[in-house]
Amino acid sequence: MNARALELKAVSKSFGNTPIIRGVDLAIPQGERHALIGPNGAGKSTLFNLISGRYPLSAGEILLNGESITGLKPFEINRKGLSRSFQITNIFQRMSVFENLRCAVLWPLGYKYSFWHQLKGLKDAIRNAEEVMESIGLKGRRDTPAGVLSYAEQRALEIGITIAGGAEVILLDEPTAGMSRTETADAVELIRKVSQGKTLVMVEHDMGVVFDLADRISVLVYGEVIASDKPENIRGNKAVQEAYLGTEAEAH
Amino acid sequence: MAGVPSKLRYRPFNLGRWLIWGLTALVMVVLPQIFTQGYAITLMSQMGIMIVFALSYNMLLGQGGMLSFGHAVYSGLGAYVAVHTLNLAGSGQIWMPVSLLPLVGGLGGAFFGVLFGYVTTKRSGTTFAMITLGIAVLVDTCATMFRNFFGGEGGISTDRVIGKPFLGITYGPGVQVYYLIAVWCLASMALMYAWSHTPLGRIANAVRDNPERAEFIGYDTQRVRWFTLIISAFFAGIAGGLSTINFEIVTPDVVSLASSGGVLLATFIGGIGFFFGPILGAVVFSFFAVALSGYTNAWQFYLGLFFVLMVLYAPGGIASLIMMQLQLIARKRFKRIAPHYLAAGASGLLLLAALILTVEMTYKLSENSANGTVMNLFGINFDAARALPWAVAVGLWIVGGILFNLARKRVARVWGEIQTELLEARA
Repeated sequence: MNARALELKAVSKSFGNTPIIRGVDLAIPQGERHALIGPNGAGKSTLFNLISGRYPLSAGEILLNGESITGLKPFEINRKGLSRSFQITNIFQRMSVFENLRCAVLWPLGYKYSFWHQLKGLKDAIRNAEEVMESIGLKGRRDTPAGVLSYAEQRALEIGITIAGGAEVILLDEPTAGMSRTETADAVELIRKVSQGKTLVMVEHDMGVVFDLADRISVLVYGEVIASDKPENIRGNKAVQEAYLGTEAEAH
Repeated sequence: MAGVPSKLRYRPFNLGRWLIWGLTALVMVVLPQIFTQGYAITLMSQMGIMIVFALSYNMLLGQGGMLSFGHAVYSGLGAYVAVHTLNLAGSGQIWMPVSLLPLVGGLGGAFFGVLFGYVTTKRSGTTFAMITLGIAVLVDTCATMFRNFFGGEGGISTDRVIGKPFLGITYGPGVQVYYLIAVWCLASMALMYAWSHTPLGRIANAVRDNPERAEFIGYDTQRVRWFTLIISAFFAGIAGGLSTINFEIVTPDVVSLASSGGVLLATFIGGIGFFFGPILGAVVFSFFAVALSGYTNAWQFYLGLFFVLMVLYAPGGIASLIMMQLQLIARKRFKRIAPHYLAAGASGLLLLAALILTVEMTYKLSENSANGTVMNLFGINFDAARALPWAVAVGLWIVGGILFNLARKRVARVWGEIQTELLEARA
């Protein structure tokens, strides 16, 4: 459990002259479920976009399994075993549930840009896609276009696409945002199941979900990590309560 | 236990698909036996070439979401590569059977796809469209500058009858060329259909729908677009090679913006959302370009108008119109709307007659007044300078307009009723 799956060293990001992320240091060991919390505008999603290569860093370094991924493009980072979901559902709307998942397994299975294989002959891709479909509970919606699924189903598919390729490090950006209580409970179970044996980093606003799932929690305020610890310690942390939990707890 | 399969595989025989492909092949074989006139053979040959060209274009537009204004660059340059190869073969400098010349055109197209595509596919969307336009203008200009390769305004002519006849095939008669085109057309259709079911084909759809997500499942979207374009350029080049054999001349027209616009028109009219759409579009386009152009100089006017109407009222093209009717037939509702279609069609014909009369009379008066103003339309002789034919045109516009508007509203109403019924039946 000592090997680091993901490590951020003095990561900074500015948009124009506005610093959004100010020197974040973070080390997440393999197999850990790590939650990133913080008030709105703290830079949680920006940090995800930096890790996944969506935005370039202004300064600092990011290591994936000890290897620098700084400056790599999203698809290069993905091929190295890091996969992410999005806060706003980001799926292939016009494709069926099954096609969404089959697309997500093609590269990791080595089919790459093949134009000499027929999709219906790729048994392993079909099997993998169907396994993921089963695990996210969308088997009954196999041939439904993703765009007409319910919101919760789309969120489940979003997670399905993220995990389908078998990535070892998974970033989930607010996986339960906008869900009802029962939908959230289902989503938590789903996340617990699919992140088994993998490294999970998630941004989440629902404190129930965070304290339920996370092995460790990092608190991001104004682009800085002010605490990174076990859930029980975070709960008792004075600085966190002042900066974040206190106000948030009253609001709920 | 040799010969015993380790597991049983259930492979249902896809009857529908084999039937469609078989029928298509049969139609292609039988057509020239029914329509034996040289004129019909010419038309069908051009349709075959256009089908390959339009399908290759739809790999970009329909499958990959890339709106190109310069696709004729690839078919045209493929045609030039083919014509030079054929001339070399004709003079005995190289060995090359005419039957395989389209492949040379295809490789030529693919080569330029690798070259230009690398630049154009760096971006998507509007930027891609702009760059393709730039490349098209560039190549079009080169065509007038480099006379050795492009042959100047007159182009480069060739002779397809070379070498000894093989099994009696010389490619002298047009019908032999037709069958060569038919074979290449069928093979290209099958290959392009197969391509749409490969990993690259499916990921091209993914990049079209959501390029960002495609990047986060491991795909370099730039590569996906580039590879798709190269394959598309290959098939465009095959169409170019076929046209070299068919016309025995290649002029700079083949790389012109008009040619690039033509394939865009044909593909869109047919429908970019279904594989068979561009095939229909190519047939309609060739009909306009070959058949109609024999009757009127204003054929491009009609084609342009048809295109505009399609974009406005049937953006899914002819293919989607057909699929909508098939849906009604499958749900047993077509009979109810059919009479209204007939009424709309009949009143639409009145409007069409009004349009043709107006356009042709205007054309006669402005263009050929030196030859007199008497003209013939639908087998009737009349004088375009007299008031009566104009009064008839105005009458047709008014009556046709009123009737068509009534019929159109009725079609829309019945259509809406049926859709509501079907929705309720599903719920």
